[in-house]
Amino acid sequence: MIGDYINVVMPEVVLAVFAMAALMFGVFSKNELGASKLVLWATVAVFAVMGAWIGLSPPGAREAFGGTFISDDFSRFAKVMMLWGAACLLALSAKYLEKHELMKFEYPVLMALSVTGMMMMVSAHDLIVLYMGLELQSLALYVIAAFRRDSLRSTEAGLKYFVLGALSSGLLLYGCSLVYGTTGTTEFAGISAAVGAGEISLGLLIGLVFLCTGMAFKVSAAPFHMWTPDVYEGAPTPVTGFFATAPKVAAAAMFARVVHDAFGEAVADWSQILAFLSVASMFLGAIAAIGQTNIKRLMAYSSISHMGFVLMGLAAGTAQGAEAMLIYLAIYVTMNVGVFAFILNMERDGTAVMDIRALGNYSQVAPTRALCLAILMFSLAGLPPLLGFFGKYFVLTAAVNAGLAWLAVLGVIASAIGAFYYLRIIYLMYFGEENGPLTGQMPVLHWGFLGVSSAAMLLGIINLFGIEGAAEAAAAALVN
Amino acid sequence: MDNLLSLVTFLPLIGAAVLAFFLKGEDTAAQLNAKRLALFTTAATFLISLGILADFDPSNPDFQLVEETEWLGGLTYKMGVDGISVLFVMLTTFLMPIVIGASWGVTTRVKEYMIAFLVLETLMIGVFCALDLILFYFFFEAGLIPMFLIVGIWGGKDRIYASFKFFLYTLLGSLLMLVAMIAMYMEAGTTDIVRLLAHDFDASPMTVFGWHIVGGMQTLLWIAFFASFAVKMPMWPVHTWLPDAHVQAPTAGSVVLAAILLKMGGYGFLRFSLPMFPVASDLMANFVFTLSVVAIIYTSLVAMMQEDMKKLIAYSSVAHMGFVTMGIFAANQQGVDGAIFQMISHGFISGALFLTVGVIYDRMHTRDIEAYGGLVIRMPAFALIFMLFTMANVGLPGTSGFVGEFLTLMGVFQVNTWVAFFAATGVILSAAYALWLYRRVVFGDLIKESLKQINDMDRREKLLFAPLVVATILLGVYPALVLDIIGPSVTNLVENYSASLAEAGTQVAVSEDH
Repeated sequence: MIGDYINVVMPEVVLAVFAMAALMFGVFSKNELGASKLVLWATVAVFAVMGAWIGLSPPGAREAFGGTFISDDFSRFAKVMMLWGAACLLALSAKYLEKHELMKFEYPVLMALSVTGMMMMVSAHDLIVLYMGLELQSLALYVIAAFRRDSLRSTEAGLKYFVLGALSSGLLLYGCSLVYGTTGTTEFAGISAAVGAGEISLGLLIGLVFLCTGMAFKVSAAPFHMWTPDVYEGAPTPVTGFFATAPKVAAAAMFARVVHDAFGEAVADWSQILAFLSVASMFLGAIAAIGQTNIKRLMAYSSISHMGFVLMGLAAGTAQGAEAMLIYLAIYVTMNVGVFAFILNMERDGTAVMDIRALGNYSQVAPTRALCLAILMFSLAGLPPLLGFFGKYFVLTAAVNAGLAWLAVLGVIASAIGAFYYLRIIYLMYFGEENGPLTGQMPVLHWGFLGVSSAAMLLGIINLFGIEGAAEAAAAALVN
Repeated sequence: MDNLLSLVTFLPLIGAAVLAFFLKGEDTAAQLNAKRLALFTTAATFLISLGILADFDPSNPDFQLVEETEWLGGLTYKMGVDGISVLFVMLTTFLMPIVIGASWGVTTRVKEYMIAFLVLETLMIGVFCALDLILFYFFFEAGLIPMFLIVGIWGGKDRIYASFKFFLYTLLGSLLMLVAMIAMYMEAGTTDIVRLLAHDFDASPMTVFGWHIVGGMQTLLWIAFFASFAVKMPMWPVHTWLPDAHVQAPTAGSVVLAAILLKMGGYGFLRFSLPMFPVASDLMANFVFTLSVVAIIYTSLVAMMQEDMKKLIAYSSVAHMGFVTMGIFAANQQGVDGAIFQMISHGFISGALFLTVGVIYDRMHTRDIEAYGGLVIRMPAFALIFMLFTMANVGLPGTSGFVGEFLTLMGVFQVNTWVAFFAATGVILSAAYALWLYRRVVFGDLIKESLKQINDMDRREKLLFAPLVVATILLGVYPALVLDIIGPSVTNLVENYSASLAEAGTQVAVSEDH
C-alpha cells in the first residue's frame, strides 16, 4: 500500500531528497565556489533527467494517499515542461551568477525546492496538498527574487513579491476554507461530488471566486498582475527568466486542475470568471507594454498578455481548450527560454543594459543574433509562419468552439495591439538609430539556447515536434 | 510531376536559405553573387512554373494539380490551382525576375534584401495556391513580415511610419478574418476550401446584441473577410496606408506591392466572398459599388493633385482597384472576367510605371514632378516606354488596360447603369492625371540645369521593360490568351453564385409562406 504510494510520488521524493543532499553537501564542503558550481550543474542534470524520466513513464492515472495526490498524463505533461524549463534557465544563469559573485549553492537548492513545490501543485488532488505545494514553491521563489542582496532593486522585488504573494495565498486559503465549510471536504473528488449534487451554494461560489483570485495572482493575470513588472524588473535576470517559465506553467496547470477536477460540474460559473481575467490580461498586457523601455518590464507585460491567452483556452472549459492551453504554454516556455538567453547577454562594456533602445541597429552589430531575436519576437506576436501563431490558433479555435466567439474576437484585437511592441524591438534592431551598441560575446551555451529556440519556432510548424498527441492525452486525463 | 506547385512555391525559399547559410561577406563580389543567385532562383522558378501552365487544362473548371498531406492540429496542407488562381501564380513568377533585376543598384545589405524578396515570393505564390483556409491565412499573413522589413530597411525617409502603418493596418484586418475562418471551420467542419465552396453557409436572419442582421451568419463572415481584403486591396476609405508604403518603399518593393500584393485582396474576394457567401455578397453589392465608385472618382482627383510621382501612381492604383471590386461584385461573366483581367494587366502596367519612376529616381534622387520637364530631349527611349505605360494606364484600346476596364464597365452596366456611368467618368479622370503627369515630366523645354546631363536608359533597364511591353500589348491585342484560361472557372463561379442566390430566394419565399 504505502509502497505503491511512494512509487507515485517518487519524482517529488527524489527531487526533495536531492535538494536536501545538495544543501548538506554545500554546507559541509570546503571549496564553496567549486561546490556551488558542482551543485548547480548537478541540479541541471537532475532536472533534465527527471524530465525525461517523467516523460517516458507509462501513461495512465495513479493516485496516492487516499486520492489526495494524483499522477496522470496532465500532471506529467506539466512537470516535463517545468523541469526542462527550469533546467534551461538554471543552465543559463551560471555565467550571470559567477559574474555577480552570486554563485552560491543555495541558488540551485532553492530552485530545486521550488520545482518540487510546483510538481506538487500540479499533482495535488486536495486543497491542503495544493496549498503545501504552492507555499513550498512560493517561499523558495521569494528568496531567489531577492537573491542579489546587495542590490536595492532585487531586495525590493523580493519584498514586494513576498507581501503580495502572501496576500494572494491568504485569499486562496480563505477560498479553501469556504469550500471546506460548505462541502465538508478538501478533496477534489468530494468537492466535485458536492458541486455536481445540485444547485451550487452561495458559500461554495464565493469560495470558488476566492480560489480563482488567489490563483490569478500566481499566473499574474490582470487585474492581479501588479507585482509582475516590478518583480521582473528587480529580480536578477536569470531569476526573471525562471519566473517567466516554470512557475507560470505550474500556476496555470494548477488553475486548470482546480477548475476542472474540483469544479468540473460548474463550468458555466468559472468560465465567465476566466473569460474576464483573460480579456483583462490580454488588453492590459498589450497596452501597458507599449510605453515600456526596459526589456524586463516589457517581457513582464508580455507574459501577462500571454497568460491571457492561456486562460482563454481554459475558459473554453473543454478538453480542446485544455489541450490548446498546454500547447500554448509549451510554445510560450520555449520562446521565453530563447528570449532570456538573449537578454542575459545584453551588455555594454561588461555592465548589463536593459533599455531596449540599446538594441538600435543591432542587426549590423550581430546579424545572426538579431535574426534569432527577430524570429522570436514575431513568434511572440503570433504571426505566421512561426509557432507562436499556432499557439494562438489552437486557443482561438477552442474558444470559438466553446461558443466564446466574442472572446476570440477580443483576443484577436488585443494581439494586433500587442504586435506593436514586439515590432518595435524588431524595428529598433533593423532600422533604428545606433545608440551605443551592445558589446560582448555570447557564450556558446546561451547561443545554443537562443538558436535552438528560434529554430524551433520555424521548424515546429511541420508537426509541432509531436507534442500534440501528448497534449491531447493530457487534456483528456484532465477533462472527463 | 506530382508536387509541381509545392516545388514552385518553395523553390525561392530554398534559394533564400542557400543565400542565408552559404553566402558570407559584404564586399561587392559577395553582393553580386547574392544578386545573381536571386536572379537565377527567380528565373528558374518562372521556368518551372511554365510547367504549371502546360499541365493546366483550361477547359476544366475544377482545381487541378492538387496536393494533399496531413498537417498539424487536424489541418491539411492542400495546394491546387484553378482558372482563377493559375494566372496569379504565373504573374508572380513572371514579375519576380524583373523585380530582382530592378534591384541591381541596391548596395546596402544586399544579401538580406534578396532573402526578403525570395521569401516574399514563396509566400505570395503560396497564397494563390493554398486550398486550405488556415494554410491560406498562413501565407497571407506571413507576407507581412518580409514586406515590413523591405519597407522599413530599404525604404525612404519616413519609412518607419510607413512600415508600421502598413503592418498594423493589414494585421488588424486579417486577424478578424482569422476569427471568421475559425467560425467557418466550426460551421462546416472542414478547412478544406474545395469542400467549403460546396458548403451552404447559413443565411437566415439572426439577431446579435439586439441588432437584426439580414443574411445572418453569411453577412458576419462576409464582413470579417471584407475587413481583411478591403485593406489589402485597398479600397477607399482604408487605402491610406498604400500611398505611404509606396512612397517609402524601394522601387522593387513598390513593384511587388502594386503588381502582386494588392491582387491578394481581389483574389480573396473571388475565392471566398463571392462563392462562399453569395447571399451576403448580393446584399452588400451596392455597398461595394458605392465604395468602388468613390474610390474611382475621389482617388483619381487626389492623384491629379499629387506632386510626388510615386504617390500619384499609388492613388491611380487605388482607382484601378475600384474597377476590380466593382467588376467582381457585378457577379456576371463579363464583370468577373474583366476584374481578373484588370488585375493581371494592372500587374504589368503599375509594375512598369513604378519601374519608370525608379529609372529617373536612380538618376536624380527625387520623385518631385516639379524637378523634371523636357526629358524627351535627353531620354527618347524612356519617353517612349513611359508613354506606352501611361497610355495603358489610361486604358487606351490596344493595350491590356483597355480590356479590363471595358469588361468591368460592361459587367456592371448590366447590373447598375448609374454605377457604370460614374465609373466611366473615372476613365476620363485617369486620362487627365496620367497625361498631365506625362506632359509635365517628359515634354516642355529642358530648362533645369540638373537634367542637362541625364542619360537615357541603359541596356539592363531596357531589358527589364521588354517583357512588360510585350505582355501589355499582347494582352491588349489578343485578350483571349487570358480569357480562355479563366473563362470556364469564372463561368462555373458565376453559375454557382446565381444558383445559390436563386435557392436562397426560394427558401425565403417558402419560409414567408408559412
